[in-house]
Amino acid sequence: MIDIRGLQFAYPGSGFRLDIPSFRMQVGEKLAVIGPSGSGKTTLLNLVSGILTPGRGAVRVADTDIASLSDAGRRAFRIRQIGFVFQDFELLDYLDVLDNILHPYRITGALRLERTVRDRARQLAEGLGVGDKLRRHPGQLSQGEKQRVAICRALLPSPRLLLADEATGNLDPRNKGRILDLLFDSVDAHGATLLAVTHDHELLPRFDRVVDFAEFQADIRPDAQPGAAA
Amino acid sequence: MIDSLYVAWRYLSFNWGRSLTLIACVTLIALLPLSLEQLLDESERQLLARAESTPLVVGAKGSSLDLVMNSLYFGDTVPELLSMAAVDRVADTDLALPIPLYVRFKARGFPIVGTNLDYFDFRGLTIAEGRNLALLGECVLGAGVAEALQLGPGDTLLSSPETLFDLAGVYPLKMRVAGVLAPTHGADDVAVFVDLKTTWVIQGLVHGHQDLTAVTDPTLVMARSDGSVTATAKLAQYTEITPENLDSFHFHGSPADYPITAIIALPHDDKAAALLRGRYVGTDAADGLQQVVVPGSVIEGLLATIFRIKNVLDAVILVVGMATVLALILVFALSLRLRQGELQTIFKLGCGRATIARLLGAEILIILAASAVLTALLLVGVAQVDAALVRALFIR
Repeated sequence: MIDIRGLQFAYPGSGFRLDIPSFRMQVGEKLAVIGPSGSGKTTLLNLVSGILTPGRGAVRVADTDIASLSDAGRRAFRIRQIGFVFQDFELLDYLDVLDNILHPYRITGALRLERTVRDRARQLAEGLGVGDKLRRHPGQLSQGEKQRVAICRALLPSPRLLLADEATGNLDPRNKGRILDLLFDSVDAHGATLLAVTHDHELLPRFDRVVDFAEFQADIRPDAQPGAAA
Repeated sequence: MIDSLYVAWRYLSFNWGRSLTLIACVTLIALLPLSLEQLLDESERQLLARAESTPLVVGAKGSSLDLVMNSLYFGDTVPELLSMAAVDRVADTDLALPIPLYVRFKARGFPIVGTNLDYFDFRGLTIAEGRNLALLGECVLGAGVAEALQLGPGDTLLSSPETLFDLAGVYPLKMRVAGVLAPTHGADDVAVFVDLKTTWVIQGLVHGHQDLTAVTDPTLVMARSDGSVTATAKLAQYTEITPENLDSFHFHGSPADYPITAIIALPHDDKAAALLRGRYVGTDAADGLQQVVVPGSVIEGLLATIFRIKNVLDAVILVVGMATVLALILVFALSLRLRQGELQTIFKLGCGRATIARLLGAEILIILAASAVLTALLLVGVAQVDAALVRALFIR
């Protein structure tokens, strides 16, 4: 699913540099990435999703060379092939649950919002236990419910790759396990691949594989900008 | 675009307080100059059309503006009074047809216009209900008065005292409504028309009471002498003119001395108009106490003043508008900063900068559209009351 070779990346004007000689993921694999803050975990997700492009090397996702795509092409690829689950859920407070789940379809011409999509959104919400809260706004949901909605939003376009950036970071221990179960079940049900960045070491045994980013040559200097890398 | 409009609508409706404030700001910016323009157009229409259709007005020396405003639009300010002799003076020149006006009293807030039937012909006023003036004490209502007071032929209308504390003044006269005029969309719609003599009855110059020669109650008579009887205050005066007491109404003093406020002079032609105006130039003509004015010129002067004020107002509105637009830009800029997280999220999901611009554009479009609709509705509202507003602002 993911094939990275000879990747080199640096934020302009900062001391941060990410160097990944080789990184591969199989289809259907559930992989956790760990590592100290600033080691480049989130940068990896941004490179895989095409938000960032590498200075050198190749990033292939689902047999597509991300760097060879235009900006519009990368966005279309991202919205069709990749689902994001964020640590802060990043739901829009002015949209209700159903509209949040459908939101990717409303902000891009790459996806068409049809009746079948709406039906699938309701089914997803039912499956993840928020089917009775479709008309509620995020402010009326618990943390766990918000993350379930965020997973629905990520899964709705049937992405082949799911990127989770500290998806359980803001949840209590009981919810962490449940959300991870839901995430795994959803990934299995949709035949997707999961690349998750996490700090929760107690969850690591549940993943197929764990990659410690300390293995990669990330050059972290004291003057590196904190927001530049995870 | 529909999706962008939907998302924008959800954002605006969720943040309804901010949205309503923005809509109110934009509406005010648009409404102020447009409604002002509408009011000025209406004032120009009302004032100029009527002024230009009135060739000359004769009145006592004094403010020509007060004279024209009272004579043409029945404004509250009563000019210096003329006597009926002035009407004879115009008639004697054989240059113009004089139409006397006595616009001084009110009935339930509406001006009572004392005149003769020539006025109705001159203004082209037609009776929509009932009939025209025929008897002393009758009145014909303008369409607006009839609608506002819900009166029609056969009803009665009381004249109002000139002042609240006019205890020694005349009793209110109960006037019988003879007819209602068809709407003219002008000052005649909001006036109560009576015969000139009826206004003198209201003033107490013409009155009716019990026949003193026939009374049997001695307390009604203060003194008797050859040919005259002096009544006491107990003598009942009639406050309504009926066919039964009509004959008892009589003048005291010479009718030539009875007051009027103005004369509308209708010259036979331009030459007659010029000659008539010449009669009022200098102090030797018409006792030097009267003036003849061309209402069109007076109103043009008034409008010129109004438009000078409008230009100042336009400049003020422009500056306020610019300040408000800058404030709105600031609000949007701050809003964008507050929404950086949201924009970052949708960018990560795959949304392009053009889509983000389209989302923000849709919000602006909805706000502008809502403001446009609100402005249009308010302008329709202003149009409903602009005649009354013009009257309140420029005439009263």
